[in-house]
This record gives sequence, C-alpha cells and structure tokens, in this order.
Amino acid sequence: MVMSIVHRITGAALYFGMLLLAWWLIAAATGPNAYANVEWFMGSLIGQLILFGYTWALLHHMLGGIRHLIWDTIHGFEPAEREMFTLATLIGSIALTLILWVVGYLVMGGPR
Amino acid sequence: MSDAQPMRTPLRQVRGLGSARSGTSHFWYQRLTSVAGVPLTIGLLLIITALLGRSHAAVVQILGSPIVAIVMLLFIINTAYHMWIGMQEIILDYVHEAKWKFLALMANTFFVFGVSLASIYAILKLSFGV
Repeated sequence: MVMSIVHRITGAALYFGMLLLAWWLIAAATGPNAYANVEWFMGSLIGQLILFGYTWALLHHMLGGIRHLIWDTIHGFEPAEREMFTLATLIGSIALTLILWVVGYLVMGGPR
Repeated sequence: MSDAQPMRTPLRQVRGLGSARSGTSHFWYQRLTSVAGVPLTIGLLLIITALLGRSHAAVVQILGSPIVAIVMLLFIINTAYHMWIGMQEIILDYVHEAKWKFLALMANTFFVFGVSLASIYAILKLSFGV
C-alpha cells in the first residue's frame, strides 16, 4: 500500500528532476561560466540535499520497479515474499544511496 | 425475431480506447522501458560519479565521447517515454474533468518533449562540437 504510493511519488519527483539533468547538460554544452553556476548550486547545501534525495528516489524507484517486474511474472505474491520485497527495496535503496555518496565524496572528491 | 436483442453491444465503446484513448499498448511499453531503464540508470549513476569534481573541460570531453554519449542518449530517450507514460497514468487517475484532463495531458507531452530534446541537443553539441 504505502510502497505503491511511494513508487508513484518518487516517479513524479524524478519526472521534474529531469530538469536538473537537462540544466546540467545544457550548462556543460554552453560553457565554463554556465557550468560553474550549476556546480555552485549543486555544491550548496540545498543542492546537495536535493541531489541526495534525488539519488535515493532514483534507486528506490528502480528497485521498486524491479519488484513490479517480478510481480508481472506472477511470482512473489506470498505475504512473506511481499514483506521481503518491501524490506529489500527500502534497505537496498538507502544502502545504495549511502554507498554512492561515500564513493562520491571519498573516492571522487565530491562536487567542487 | 420478437424480443430481439439489439445488435450493438457496449464493446464498441471500449475497444482500443481506455481513458487515454490509446488502448493497452502503454502497459507494455511501460514494462519495456522499465527493463531497459535498469542498466541505463546504473550507467547514468556511474557516469555522474566519474564526473564529480572534474573541470568543465574534462566534463565536456567525457560527456562527448562516443560510449558515454550513447549511454546518455539511450537513458534520456528511454526515460522520456517512461516518464511520459507514467505521468499520464497519474493524471488519468487523479484528474477526471475532461477539460483539465486534456490540458494536463498536453502539458505532460510538452514538458517531456521540451526537457528531453534540450538534453539530447546538449549531448549532441558536446559530441560534435558544433
């Protein structure tokens, strides 16, 4: 129930978040000054919060989508299986988000 | 033929239609773009992670290199179709008045085309440098 509406909410958030991807790409194609503006915004506290939320929404929507694809094969409808899917989607999306951000900051040096 | 049943059935009112007037094809395309979306999303996340903290010149060079540009283009095109169908589903579930429904469906199409074409244009410009 809750996971179903979360899938829809993350989908809607990702929908509007595509504006960020477009902004980033257009800025890169425009030149160093435009790109510096994007970097400044993405590196700010608000930008980082949005990007962190966006990372989680994307991973949660992806894992939740895999869950739906499994259901399309008429498998995984038992109560225990559904519980397992819910936990796997939640824990998986949070864990993957944290791993990506740790890698982003420690290995790649984060945004500058 | 007394008591004749009418020859017309309600079937003609629903065949190939549905609330978006497009039948069931969207159901299948949403699955198709979901499956394609998994590897493409992983690709996007890897590309963005690899670009963190790099200079503008380096980002331009990497985004414009063939493999990266192709993955980005596939992601954008696949996501465009997926998000268009998804938002249409949301609109059809919550907006029932005909006028607002069709305005919302139009806005959905304009948004998806605008954002996607802008992104595609940027990738192509980075690739070909024109």
